[in-house]
Amino acid sequence: MTKILTKHFDEPKLHELETYKRLDGYKGLEKALTLAPAEVTAEVLKSNLRGLGGAGFPTGAKWGTVPPVDKVPGPRYVVVNADESEPGCFKDRVLLTRAPHQLIEGLLIAAHAIGAKEAFIFVRGEYQNQYDIIEKAVKEAEAAGYTKHAKLMLMRGAGAYISGLDTALLETMEGKKAWPRQPPPFPTVAGLMAKPTVVNNVETLSMLPFILREGGEAFAKIGSAKNGGTVVFSVSGHVEKPGIYEVPMGSKLRDVLTLAGGVRKGHTLKCVIPGGTSMPPLMEKDLDLALDFDQIRAAGTFLGAGGMIVLDETADAVAVAHNIERFLTHESCGQCTPCREGSYWNEEILERMLHGKGTPEDVPNMTRIGENITGKVICALGDTVGMVTRAYIQRFPEDFKKRISDGQKS
Amino acid sequence: MAKKVKFKLDGREIEADEGRLVIDAAKDAGVNIPHYCYHPALGNPGNCRMCIVEVAGAPKPQVSCRTSVREGLDVKTASDAVKRAQASALELHLVNHPLDCPVCDQSGECGLQNYYMEIGQYQSSVREDKQHKDKRIEAGPHVMLDQERCILCTRCTRFVDNVTQTHELGVFRRGHTERLELTPGLILDNAYSGNVVDICPVGALTDRDFRYKVRVWYLDQTDSICPGCSRGCNISVHTNTQRPWHNDGKRVARLKPRHNHEVNGYWMCDEGRYNTGSLDLGRLGRVLRLSPQKQDVSWEAAASEIGAKLRDGGVAFVASGMLSNEDWAAAKELFAGAKFYFSAQPDQIGEEDALLRRREKVPNLKGAEALGLSSGTFDELAKDLEAGKVRALYVVERDLAKIWGVERAKSLLSKAAFRVFQGPNKVELSESYDFRLPATAYVEEEGHFTNFEGIVQAYCKALEPIGEARPDWDIFRLLATAKSGAAAEVAA
Repeated sequence: MTKILTKHFDEPKLHELETYKRLDGYKGLEKALTLAPAEVTAEVLKSNLRGLGGAGFPTGAKWGTVPPVDKVPGPRYVVVNADESEPGCFKDRVLLTRAPHQLIEGLLIAAHAIGAKEAFIFVRGEYQNQYDIIEKAVKEAEAAGYTKHAKLMLMRGAGAYISGLDTALLETMEGKKAWPRQPPPFPTVAGLMAKPTVVNNVETLSMLPFILREGGEAFAKIGSAKNGGTVVFSVSGHVEKPGIYEVPMGSKLRDVLTLAGGVRKGHTLKCVIPGGTSMPPLMEKDLDLALDFDQIRAAGTFLGAGGMIVLDETADAVAVAHNIERFLTHESCGQCTPCREGSYWNEEILERMLHGKGTPEDVPNMTRIGENITGKVICALGDTVGMVTRAYIQRFPEDFKKRISDGQKS
Repeated sequence: MAKKVKFKLDGREIEADEGRLVIDAAKDAGVNIPHYCYHPALGNPGNCRMCIVEVAGAPKPQVSCRTSVREGLDVKTASDAVKRAQASALELHLVNHPLDCPVCDQSGECGLQNYYMEIGQYQSSVREDKQHKDKRIEAGPHVMLDQERCILCTRCTRFVDNVTQTHELGVFRRGHTERLELTPGLILDNAYSGNVVDICPVGALTDRDFRYKVRVWYLDQTDSICPGCSRGCNISVHTNTQRPWHNDGKRVARLKPRHNHEVNGYWMCDEGRYNTGSLDLGRLGRVLRLSPQKQDVSWEAAASEIGAKLRDGGVAFVASGMLSNEDWAAAKELFAGAKFYFSAQPDQIGEEDALLRRREKVPNLKGAEALGLSSGTFDELAKDLEAGKVRALYVVERDLAKIWGVERAKSLLSKAAFRVFQGPNKVELSESYDFRLPATAYVEEEGHFTNFEGIVQAYCKALEPIGEARPDWDIFRLLATAKSGAAAEVAA
């Protein structure tokens, strides 16, 4: 299968500049610097590259919303969102560890495309090891003279999940509490320090060297319609071979599961969370679903950041929902009321249910609470707070019924 | 000038400035959209999610505090979906709210209560335990904080961040454990701290001065002007006359700022706000002749006697910027030919800042100036008194002991042959005069103050005068009639 980001992961010293350069490293950047910024953006548009941090917004289109310098003078920034925190997602961690130069090259290409003289890499606080690796790689890139057009700076998070959301990340960078902003204005118009700012995920930027080197069309050809290139899934849970797997956009769920060795021996598939815990799960009937940002929507869920969690029949939907909602409750930033209060309320009900104290009214009540949160909050975390329990109630009503009746019997 | 555009509000066509927030434009059109976090002077973080409306073409409900008016916008504020969304936002606000209304000072003027009556009225379906937080934090000298009642709308933190820029309050921790707290090492002790109580939509921040004194539904409200300095902040005087045995017997329960974009915005300072304690202290209620011996006299008798004394020259008139424009006009007529002394002395001078507070702690020096009156210095007055040039000294609401010190003031007072004191409250040497006339306090009269910028503002009568007290201008009018010899008219 075609690989872009993980193609050379067999090379033990890929994280070092020398090795990376030997394998066509920085050729994409060299190509980009021969082009005008608008030409770089055009190439990325052609590639159908989508934002792989979870939103799936076309990257070229996002760059296109940065106002031109003659209209809005002053600095503009590129920020790498390396604050990977979604439970089930660990592909950025691997990309940072194994291929830091790939990211740096992509970042420098993006900086050239939007005219940023400063570019930031915001690394999740817990990723100490990755921070050290990327810091070393940045020094190598500087010494090799790749950073003449844009200065690279590193920043670290302080441990909040919500900082992985672009606007909360920008607040964090400004030294404030990680409370998401409410667009408009979007970061590309007023982002870091109210200057035009492009925030892109590690994986998205890491795709750029290939796109510039091989051309946008070649990239687009690898994927499915409007979803160019590949996607890296972090597969975990009840599979034989958990790990990261790079597949072309639009690959079937069944194929990704096969790569990961399938459901663990002696067990049957219950469901697959496709994009990180916040996403509603896919069912067995969805095994032949093509995985890209658009086609997955047909199954009522999202590709997210490709954090695939496979669950077998031993998993109980109430416990799963409780586990996820507990996490979201803990990580709710507390800014807007529906998420702050609703997540707590929902989690408390699920917890009561786990302790055998559930009542039949709890199920419709949680559905109602969820409906009252999703779509009525500031950010995507809130949306998922209201989405998760509803998704499990809808897909596994018998698990909820069983919890309630078991509790009433005892 | 912003461009006028037409948009639809609940099917009605409305004209509004392009770019105006829907919540404001709706208010202009008489539609109040529920909200907690939005405050016109503090911005629109959009965190309470109460002001949700339907916007045609939008994929999901929008918050009206962050939606701008544009041509052709179609907004629904009262559809079933909107009502459901608002009721649910309210329900979520109440998940962890203690519902201790019976012992909460905010009861009766609480955003949670009001909206519950308006859009809520559901049976609670919360069976879970509520989060417990601190209920009694002395946030500062004037403000009490109850974290459990707080709905984290951040109005107060935005006030201390953006208006006073003192940053005493912040929202700490995360999610449902989040709470409003004092910034470590600070207490809420700025010159404007009382305003956080006004902007708090619930009972989280309450006035220590007002706590447990009287229920708000027993209070009457009257429009007034703060007499605390020459800014002339627009205020509302909240009076407690329906339950006189409450509020420790004090008639004025509290002062609240009234919005006036030109003068004070939405705010007032603590100095002005907590200035009510002395209002009824040592009130003068009777017309008294003090020499040769203390004796009650009628207004008529006093007027004819004082009026006669004012006919001859050698009169010095001492007053202060506490007088209204009406008082000044009447004084100008009555004391024509007399020397005026009313400039602010150190006892009436205090701190000023860039926000509201002015140096002169009296409201209406500008009114005197506008009538062409000018003040001599108190040194001159002292010299004239020493030299025996002042035959009659007429003092209105001014404590000479605070200007000259008790001993010197006493000796200077003794130099004048005839002395009158007029005012609402006793002052240090108010026994050392020949007459003492009771005047109304500003809350017992109506009138106008001219602020330092020349803006003339009316204040209204909130309370009945105490005893025989009359407004200063009315006393001056009485005396003027007596002075002119038309004694027969005095009674009228």
